Amino acid sequence: MTFFLSHFNYFAVAVLMMAGLFIVFSSGNLIKRTIGLAIFQTATGLFYISLGKVTGGTAPIVVEPGSAEARELASRLDPAYLAQHGVDGVVYSNPLPSVLILTAIVVGVATLAVGLAIAVRIREAYGSVEADEIEVLSRVESTQPGPRA
Amino acid sequence: MISFEALHAAPPALTAHAPMLLVVGPLIAACAAAFAPTSRTSWMISVTGSIFAAWMALALLGEVARHGAVDYFMGGFAPPLGIAFHIDAAGVLMALLISSAGVMASLYSGHALPAEVRAEKHTLTQAGFLLCQAGLLGMVSTGDAFNAFVFLEVSSIGTYALIAIGEKRDRRALPAAFNYLIMGTIGATFYVVGVGFLFAATGTLNMADMGARLATLGDSSVVQAGFAFIVVGLGIKAAMFPLHGWLPGAYSYAPSLIAIFLAATATKASIYLMARFVFDVFPDGAAFGQGFIAWVLAPLAGTAAIVCSIQAVFEKEIRRMLAFSSVAQVGFILLGLSLATVAGASAGLFYLAAHALMKMTLFMALGGLAISIGARRLDELAGVARDAPWSAAAFAIGAASLAGVPLTLGFLAKWRLVAAALEAGQIWIVAVLAIASLLTLLYIGRMIEAIFFRPAPAGAPRAREAPVGVLAPLWILAGLSLWFGIDASLPEQLANAAGQALIGGAP
Repeated sequence: MTFFLSHFNYFAVAVLMMAGLFIVFSSGNLIKRTIGLAIFQTATGLFYISLGKVTGGTAPIVVEPGSAEARELASRLDPAYLAQHGVDGVVYSNPLPSVLILTAIVVGVATLAVGLAIAVRIREAYGSVEADEIEVLSRVESTQPGPRA
Repeated sequence: MISFEALHAAPPALTAHAPMLLVVGPLIAACAAAFAPTSRTSWMISVTGSIFAAWMALALLGEVARHGAVDYFMGGFAPPLGIAFHIDAAGVLMALLISSAGVMASLYSGHALPAEVRAEKHTLTQAGFLLCQAGLLGMVSTGDAFNAFVFLEVSSIGTYALIAIGEKRDRRALPAAFNYLIMGTIGATFYVVGVGFLFAATGTLNMADMGARLATLGDSSVVQAGFAFIVVGLGIKAAMFPLHGWLPGAYSYAPSLIAIFLAATATKASIYLMARFVFDVFPDGAAFGQGFIAWVLAPLAGTAAIVCSIQAVFEKEIRRMLAFSSVAQVGFILLGLSLATVAGASAGLFYLAAHALMKMTLFMALGGLAISIGARRLDELAGVARDAPWSAAAFAIGAASLAGVPLTLGFLAKWRLVAAALEAGQIWIVAVLAIASLLTLLYIGRMIEAIFFRPAPAGAPRAREAPVGVLAPLWILAGLSLWFGIDASLPEQLANAAGQALIGGAP
């Protein structure tokens, strides 16, 4: 039980990830599939952010050592733990995963935009955003000769 | 033997920054092409950008021959804190392959684009093409695992848009692009999750650093999970059987410029990245790595080579035939790499380069044949050789190379694979190669029979020979297939050094 509680984030990530993937594969609607993809990518973001959290760590903005703020932050932590891990009496979280996931979010938004744009064009060309209807229309096409230039 | 040590392709000031310029050149050209006033200008920018990248790749070839591997630190920040580019002999082979494929495809696009893409989209098509090229070049030259993801996505996003742009000729390009977008994004996200696991285990993103730390860290379930995620993710992008569902549609309905470039490079860059993870990053003797190669990679590659060749034999649309053939050939390449010996890796990389050359020839010749008649199915191409003899002859050379006829590059490539498999004592791989080659002969035979020996149906529109702007790059490619078939010292030397770099030791 304590394992579940201390790793709650990771269970949430797994559930979200599977939910996203399930939507992508089970839904025939292109918009819903895009949403599933977005959930899947967001879960990855949560995974990275969870990785970066250091127990008792504060936001990785350097606090002036010895200042009142540093003393305040240090007072919340176990002194033995601090002596082992603390830098200038303050423990910071790892900023790198947050930076990485910022990039991944930008990439995800771009992918989403392209996906939705293609979905719009599909709607214009086929008059539908349902995968099975598009497939029926496409199958007819594969038996016809190509367009003459 | 050709001495690459004496190769000083660019002035020292440029050579010092060649790894960065290799990627940034096409990237800047992409921005310029997007804002170009006319289709013609954007085409010239595209050709210039591609040639610049190829020039930088040549400069790197000399550098790598002199110093072994080139490490370039972005902004001067040394790894593991900064982002490093790491280009060894294998990386430079890939960079040369991608950039020269880019040059050929962009030369070809001058005449092909107007026939296949709406006029108002020409500048953006060229921009997307350059973006895709920059992403692929970045993928093969970066030494940072997360950086590789960003480049992977840069190339992918370009690719999705470029496939969708084929809708003028065939509206099925749109669902194909959407399908690829879904699969590609899942693949890339799996890769990020895998990198996250490895980052959690090692605390670094630099691939060389990661490899060194994993070697001392030993086996753990975190590392194995990361490995699984990375291999599946890159497997989707590399069209590794059975994750290849997106590929036939994407290759068949994209404009021919894009099909040519993708067939030569897109899956190859992912294969190379996967090979770097399998051989460089993961510890050499680790049981799960060995088990993966012996029980997952090799059997799947063998299945791909046979099953997809059979699918190609029964396909009616000619570009889908070539696309299924590509999946089968990815199987050939992976079979070579799965031997995990220096000979196997260099044979695999040799096959990779050879396949890129011959598939480019085939797709480009097909583009040349189909531009005037807009053909889709094999029977529409009946007797087209009489009207367009030069395109058809180049197609025949590419096809002969793909089938492995002696005196072509394809024969040498297959020969090296067989020799490497025999050396490693893997008789079943030789058997698989033989069966798959016979099947290749079958579908190649169907194409050649239709194009050359079947009479054109009465009343069918006459095809016109492709313009010189298409024939020139086409015949350079076909000529290279023949030339390397007789004197393969140049690609052999590159592939041998690349195999050595991939298997021989740490990155």
